[in-house]
Amino acid sequence: MSEHKPATGTKLGLPTPADVVTPIALQRRTFSFTGWRLAALLAGLIAVLSLVRVVTGAQQIDSPGTIAAAIGFAIPIGLAGLGGLWSERSGVVNIGLEGMMILGTWGAGWAGTQWGPWWGLLVGTLLGGLGALVHAVATVTFGVDQIVSGVAINLLGLGVTQYLSALVWPNQPTQSGSIPPIPTFTLPKFSDWMKQIADAGIFFVSDCASVLRAITYEVPYTTFIAVVLLPVTFFVLWRTAFGLRLRSCGEAPYAAESLGVNVYLHKYIAVIISGFLAGFGGAVLATVLSGIYREGQTQGLGFIGLAAMIFGNWRVGGLAAGSLLFGYTQAIQLRSGLAVHALLLVVAVILVLLAIWMFYRRNIRSGVISLVTAGLVFLWYARTDTLPDQVAYVTPYVATLLVLSVASQRLRMPAADGRPYIKGQDH
Amino acid sequence: MRRFWLGLAAPLLALTFAVVVTSVILVVSGHPPMQVYKDMWDYGTQPDSLVLTFNLSTTYYIAAVSVAIGFKMNLFNIGVDGQYRLAALFGAYVGGSISLPAPLHVAVVIAVAMIVGALWAGVAAVLKNRRGVSEVISTIMLNYVATGIIAYLLAEGRFGVLAQGSSNIGTPPIPASGQVPGLAFLNNLPFLNGASSQVYGMLVIAVVVGMGYWWTLNRTRFGFDLRASGLSASAASASGIDAKRMVLYVMLLSGAVAGLIGLPQLLGESHAYNLDFPAGLGFTGIAIALLGRNSPVGIVFGSLLWAFLDVSRQILDLEGVSKEIVTIMQGIAVLSVVIAYEVVRRYGIRAQQREVGRELAAIEPATTAGAAA
Repeated sequence: MSEHKPATGTKLGLPTPADVVTPIALQRRTFSFTGWRLAALLAGLIAVLSLVRVVTGAQQIDSPGTIAAAIGFAIPIGLAGLGGLWSERSGVVNIGLEGMMILGTWGAGWAGTQWGPWWGLLVGTLLGGLGALVHAVATVTFGVDQIVSGVAINLLGLGVTQYLSALVWPNQPTQSGSIPPIPTFTLPKFSDWMKQIADAGIFFVSDCASVLRAITYEVPYTTFIAVVLLPVTFFVLWRTAFGLRLRSCGEAPYAAESLGVNVYLHKYIAVIISGFLAGFGGAVLATVLSGIYREGQTQGLGFIGLAAMIFGNWRVGGLAAGSLLFGYTQAIQLRSGLAVHALLLVVAVILVLLAIWMFYRRNIRSGVISLVTAGLVFLWYARTDTLPDQVAYVTPYVATLLVLSVASQRLRMPAADGRPYIKGQDH
Repeated sequence: MRRFWLGLAAPLLALTFAVVVTSVILVVSGHPPMQVYKDMWDYGTQPDSLVLTFNLSTTYYIAAVSVAIGFKMNLFNIGVDGQYRLAALFGAYVGGSISLPAPLHVAVVIAVAMIVGALWAGVAAVLKNRRGVSEVISTIMLNYVATGIIAYLLAEGRFGVLAQGSSNIGTPPIPASGQVPGLAFLNNLPFLNGASSQVYGMLVIAVVVGMGYWWTLNRTRFGFDLRASGLSASAASASGIDAKRMVLYVMLLSGAVAGLIGLPQLLGESHAYNLDFPAGLGFTGIAIALLGRNSPVGIVFGSLLWAFLDVSRQILDLEGVSKEIVTIMQGIAVLSVVIAYEVVRRYGIRAQQREVGRELAAIEPATTAGAAA
């Protein structure tokens, strides 16, 4: 049935022992380099925000409250994205993240109101995993198309939670009672100083203080858990044998199987972890952000998480950046219309900087395009006083479309992502 | 013949499984399943309910065909949802802003809706062809962008006017010349006799769409290319089918049909696009297309069943059963149908292989005997 192919390391897509040994030194070097570049980029971004804040007087653009809210939204988005990462790295596309997240919100509402928020988080996480189990059975065991199964999971997630709500809360089936809050962490004194500096409105200094205040004042412990999950995921997937095997299932499952990797098992593990993460994300959304379960409260955050993962090129760091960006756009539209308008100026400045970079790289055409776009955005800013609310709403989706259409050559998803794997059917 | 039985076995198996699971859930939550089903059947077969069922299934049928067109060549148009809402909004706005003689007025609304739907779907096609963006992701994103655009346009001073005596914003109402009357004569049928409402006139459009879909798929070069691309992309391109052009055409076609989804409701009942215009029909369409195996006839049964369940479940709340049980049943049905098709497909392949093996085994001794001699 299957053809015999010469088994060379490159063809299999699996690193040969030689490959594994040498690049680690290389990766370390590039890693620290990107670390510096990341810091510089972050400082540059804060500088631009600060400049715009001083010029326009839109204090909300990077006030501690806005940044805290942005991080708050980024957490469920990032958790859903991490879920997508686990699943897709093993070669299973997971559109059902949204449905698993819905299950998570319900679990948090049901258990959280009865036994406290931590139980809510646990039950929400487990329910998300249950949804993922269904996805795994359909896609891995039965080889059903993964998109189709994902759509069905979304449908089921909604239906099951609606039914359970009606059963558990017959009087008010669309929402739970309020969930007791998660304890928060505050760095005493330090956070107060940062607040003072942030309120002083000094160029750049206040903006950095604003960020520091946001990450030291009343930070829910779930945020720390979620943030720790990022390096943990990176370590497990990219620095352990288990992770290598799991990723090999997403790149070349038949080759992996021939080397003794149990592809079905690894895919099952990956998809179920994916569901745990999405469910946890949903539970955090209900417990921390809303303090209540409400029907339809995910509002497509699962899909934004998926977008953040693609935006981040199926990598942990990129996913974190994408989640923060999308979390920011979610937060800013709720905080202040003035700040949303001022963001146009931020976009214009960033585009000008991008144009300068392009000219420096002798990429005249892209430079001119950036510059012209910057001019148009600036005109938009100058000619209007407010921006429709919907602009911030559509930003994550438009940003993802832009990134996909501009950088799709550079994005690289797992080679066997989305293809059903049936043992012994390599042709 | 065996293919026919296998094809029939899958949906029956899946529906049985869905009913069994639903029954278990009902029993666990303390309701006798048979009583629940009987209540649903009794309520669902009343004339008024049947009219509602036909009207809903008209919409569902168009939605499912729109999705199925893409599915037939493995093109996932998850964006049907955004396409039909955007199309219905523009159709409603244009329809409410002009006045023309009756047939022309309706034709203009239909044309506008189809064009808007096709253009919005075309964005995903262009992104796929020119920039290599997966249509699954781009159409999901475009759904949300469409939601944003609709929220922006549906405001006073843009497309919206405030309905009298309420806070519901909608497009200006479409005048009588742009409305499609119900099919009153159908109420003479015995099972619709005495219904207080009428079946949408747009039922005709659904029938036309279904026949057009069947005709295109089975009787035209384009339909052949489409099916060939779906069965094997590499074989299709080897035989000279331009894959990119197919993606563009199929997406435009799917979007144009998606543009029609909102029209039965728009032209037959609400006559305006307002805040409570039905949403999410695109996803229902996906489910029904899967249930009906993308076949023009299969989708008829799928949409009728889906609509019947949606209508008849309304009685459940009065009986103290949560009507969401039906959503669960639908979800399980879809999932088990796709699993059942896959299982049956594999069984078919294995049976075929065994048969070939048997035939070969019968030939081989003869040839080896011949070679020895």
